[in-house]
Amino acid sequence: MGIESHLGIITTSLDKIVNWGRKNSLWPMTFGLACCALEMMVAASARHDISRFGAEVFRGSPRQADLLIVPGTLTKKMLPYVLRLYNQMPEPKWVIAYGACACSGGIFNTYNVVQGVDKVIPVDVYVAGCPPKPEALLRAIVMLRKKIEKETLKDRV
Amino acid sequence: MNSKEIFETIKSDCKSLITEAFMGIDIPTFVVEPDSLLEFMKYIKKMPQLSFDLIADITAVDYPNRAKRFELVYHIFSIKNAVRIRVKTKVEDGGSVESVTSIWRGAEWLEREVFDMFGVTFKNHPDLRRILMNEDYKYHPLKKEFPLQGYEES
Repeated sequence: MGIESHLGIITTSLDKIVNWGRKNSLWPMTFGLACCALEMMVAASARHDISRFGAEVFRGSPRQADLLIVPGTLTKKMLPYVLRLYNQMPEPKWVIAYGACACSGGIFNTYNVVQGVDKVIPVDVYVAGCPPKPEALLRAIVMLRKKIEKETLKDRV
Repeated sequence: MNSKEIFETIKSDCKSLITEAFMGIDIPTFVVEPDSLLEFMKYIKKMPQLSFDLIADITAVDYPNRAKRFELVYHIFSIKNAVRIRVKTKVEDGGSVESVTSIWRGAEWLEREVFDMFGVTFKNHPDLRRILMNEDYKYHPLKKEFPLQGYEES
């Protein structure tokens, strides 16, 4: 937010307010790599209603997004572009590895697949499944919200 | 013309170009030498009764024990007759074949894929780059000796 570096004393109540704001406006990036992306889209539909968690605003630009959901198989050819998108996202940013391929490479233990996105970018929440149900994504967002609640401004200076 | 007639026509017209011709289990199949490949392909494209005008697929099979280890397989479709044929030619490791892009423009990407996966080069190809792997990749992954996980640590 830019204020944290000017504060001598970090008050816990300021943390609470900022984290409350952050966790209720997790804007994911419109981004999909494979079949898991379809489950992610379903999570945004009326039945699952991702907007209960303030995470329904899928942004078309990484510069407006807080949350990178990596849904699907990350191939080595796609890797430079994913890295560029991640680097373009402003802090604070979080990453969900959605599905077996994003977590570990999944069934594709081959020469052309990155064996887990955590080899290249830091991951906050892992979601198992092939593909995981939309409910699993909602649970991941709930877990991420709990994680954000525990953060302090000092962590992200 | 049905596929039987086409088989007989090609067999009698191109005796000098074909090394082997058989009906196969599905479609007529012809084996030609790499040197006569272009001439043969020109004939089946230009001959009005045949007019094989659509290149459906170009791929290769690796038989590592053979001297000419790669068998290039061309699947060609005639829209006029609704008949497919298969043309095969054999190349050694790192060998090269005449490109058929001058006959079918659609062969360009198919030949790039064969080059990418097997390392077979195509003479007179307009843009022979890798198509699936990243451009600085050093290996040809569909060769039989290539390990599934690749050479570099992932």
